[in-house]
Amino acid sequence: MNGPIGAGAVHAALACAAFGAVCGFVGGRRRSMDAWRLARGATYASFAAMSLAILTMVRALLTHDFSVWYVSRVGSLETPPFYTVISLWSSLEGSILLWGWILTVYAAALAFVYRRRHADYMPYTLGVLLSVSAFFTWLIAGPADPFEPVFPVPSNGPGPNPLLQNHPLMALHPPMLYAGYVGMAVPFAIASGALLRGRIGTAWLRPLRLWALIPWTFLTVGIVAGGWWSYEVLGWGGYWAWDPVENASFLPWLSATAFIHSLMVQERRGILKTWSLSLLMVTFLLTILGTFMTRSGVFNSVHSFSQSSIGPIFLAFLGVALFWCAGLLATRSELIASDGALPGPASREGAFLLNNVVFLAFTLTVLLGTVYPLLAEAIRGVRVSVGLPYFNRMGVPLGLAVLSLMGVGPALPWGRSDAARIRAQLLWPGLFGIAVACGCVAFGVVQPLPLLTFGLAGFVTFVTLREFWVPTRSRMSSSGAGALESLFHVVSRARRRYGGYVVHLGVVAMIVAITASWNYKLKVEATLDRGGSFRIGDYDVTFRDVRPVEESHRFSVVATLDVARDGEPVAVLQPRSNHYKIMGQFQREPIGTPAVHSTAAGDVYLTLLAFEKDGSQATIQGLWQPLVPWIWWSAGLMVLGSFVAMWPERRRRGRARGGVDGEAHAPRAEPAPPPGQAGAAAAEAAR
Amino acid sequence: MIAVIALAVCLGAIVWIARGSMGDNLVYYWSPADLEAQGERAFGTPVRLGGQIEPGSIDWRPETQDLYFVVTDGGAKVKVHSKGTPPQMFSEAQGVVVEGTIDAGGVFESTNLMVKHGNEYRAPAPGEEPQQVYRSLVQEDGP
Repeated sequence: MNGPIGAGAVHAALACAAFGAVCGFVGGRRRSMDAWRLARGATYASFAAMSLAILTMVRALLTHDFSVWYVSRVGSLETPPFYTVISLWSSLEGSILLWGWILTVYAAALAFVYRRRHADYMPYTLGVLLSVSAFFTWLIAGPADPFEPVFPVPSNGPGPNPLLQNHPLMALHPPMLYAGYVGMAVPFAIASGALLRGRIGTAWLRPLRLWALIPWTFLTVGIVAGGWWSYEVLGWGGYWAWDPVENASFLPWLSATAFIHSLMVQERRGILKTWSLSLLMVTFLLTILGTFMTRSGVFNSVHSFSQSSIGPIFLAFLGVALFWCAGLLATRSELIASDGALPGPASREGAFLLNNVVFLAFTLTVLLGTVYPLLAEAIRGVRVSVGLPYFNRMGVPLGLAVLSLMGVGPALPWGRSDAARIRAQLLWPGLFGIAVACGCVAFGVVQPLPLLTFGLAGFVTFVTLREFWVPTRSRMSSSGAGALESLFHVVSRARRRYGGYVVHLGVVAMIVAITASWNYKLKVEATLDRGGSFRIGDYDVTFRDVRPVEESHRFSVVATLDVARDGEPVAVLQPRSNHYKIMGQFQREPIGTPAVHSTAAGDVYLTLLAFEKDGSQATIQGLWQPLVPWIWWSAGLMVLGSFVAMWPERRRRGRARGGVDGEAHAPRAEPAPPPGQAGAAAAEAAR
Repeated sequence: MIAVIALAVCLGAIVWIARGSMGDNLVYYWSPADLEAQGERAFGTPVRLGGQIEPGSIDWRPETQDLYFVVTDGGAKVKVHSKGTPPQMFSEAQGVVVEGTIDAGGVFESTNLMVKHGNEYRAPAPGEEPQQVYRSLVQEDGP
């Protein structure tokens, strides 16, 4: 029964989304409250139907209902329940289903949050969002239907791709990535809605910023979790390979980051409007392009692309979206004309613009490297890939530019400024950065690039912490409160700015960790008899034994090694080599799982390369990976920063309207109309 | 307007630099026959070479960690050298992909050796099941 229920739910969701989209556009155009209400109702209904569809799929997977096509592709009786549930996103159709569902979650959230506010353009926004939703739901209903019935019903299936059932991080990485990817449609829809509405002030910039930050945060977590998964599963000791699929997730992150920064200038100064909106549209287009690239099989070969029915459809959708974006920007250009001019390069605005150029250049570089093989094969018929050195050679200077700007930007004042003031602002951080670099030399760091990176990191950290420290100190002396209390007060008065600084600190930590792990990695490869050992960094690794372990879904060969530091045992590591069961038989090629002992200074990372069949010997690769855990931790800092920036500012609402704005840098808060007022105003306008 | 032109110039420069640095870093997907057809032009070009391991060609010297073998596509043959322990499933007549460059001596220096995982599932032949392959391991250490 699962098949018909799921397919029915998807069709219902499609009908609701299409109806809601029409209602949204009509509601926006005619200013009709009834149409707006209908659009919201249709959104909720579409969300409910998609939820039913996805739950039905989960049930089908858990009950091993092989009459459902998707289950027959990724399910198997041997797979443990946990991996059975997450196999929902292990293949194309399931992940499109997840895509579609997440989009309805966003749409329903938007409809609910703004049911009484921003009613002048929200109907349009919902109309745009539901149109996108209708497209994806249509894909699920037709070309990528996971509920298609299978006859005759097979008795078992192959199970999910072994790589995807090898680590629990698979439960986190794809949903986060999709939540980020799909969510970029929301700011796109908000901007489209406001432009369609025509008369726009600045009220729409607040929701725009919030709904850009939410998917940005998800995307950050998704990308880092993907790197972590790759590190914990693939066993090559790295976390990022500039693989097309990784690039596809990184591209919208880059352009969204640029957008979030340029939006701040737009909010404060009323300039760079067309620029910001273009960045937003580019971000949305890149998510569609990314979905196309990762989901159409185009990267196996341009030729396999033509076999996939979903590829050309995506390309067509991309064309429509591109046309839509260009059309909106062209026809509404008078709405987004600048209110002023840039005050000059040595200003906060100038630094923001430079940041944007660097991020855009980064986006362009990665995009070129990613699509070049496709173009080369399509046009010249040669199969090539763009090597890692290209990305590293281009990425390192751009990354350093980003790092420098994180220090220079916050140190520069808004507007025009004199050279003496700028020099005074940059003097101490600059000196501190040089001191850090000198300290690194004392510790034996001599290569120029790591030195430059660590010095710049010191510079940025100084600038950022000073932004916290100076107002905290003045608060302490003016109010007599303690340091923590003052810090809390300062941050809570300008959450968005300080949230941004926390994110910056996370990025600095991440860049430092990546630099260290790239340049100071140690590698040992040894064939050990039982009791034999090798030394890596400060650690001694001793081989105990290798033995087989059989589970319902896999057969593994597990090596056991004792890790000791200065003679003290610190860990027992078990790198393994797994053979997964496909259709009741074990696959021949093993998939290795490395074992990691993590400390704040770095990871001891062991991989089982080979072993004697009598268990007497094993070949182990040992890696010392300095600072790698900081990469995952710094992502936590970035998330914390975005939470600080996104946290709703409740206190303001309770106060007098337009009351004292604690933050000198923030634009005036938009007073929230009491419930019903916006609706009444819209209803009045409709008459 | 000036800003737009400046931006266009900046981005144009980036594309130019990117294109230039991409040229040196393109990795070509070649078969042994493609490599042979390129002749001397192939020397030093980064290549991803795919083919089968020629039976009887594997020469593994554990003391120096040197691995020599021949990759073939049925016709052309390329001698490959790689450093380090071969992967567990490295064996004769297995599909492999090696990344590296061919030197003037005609030996392909591999920097990365990958055993090709079949995209299509193939049932293991009798005796190929991992438990049977590692039977001694299983027997010695019990079930």
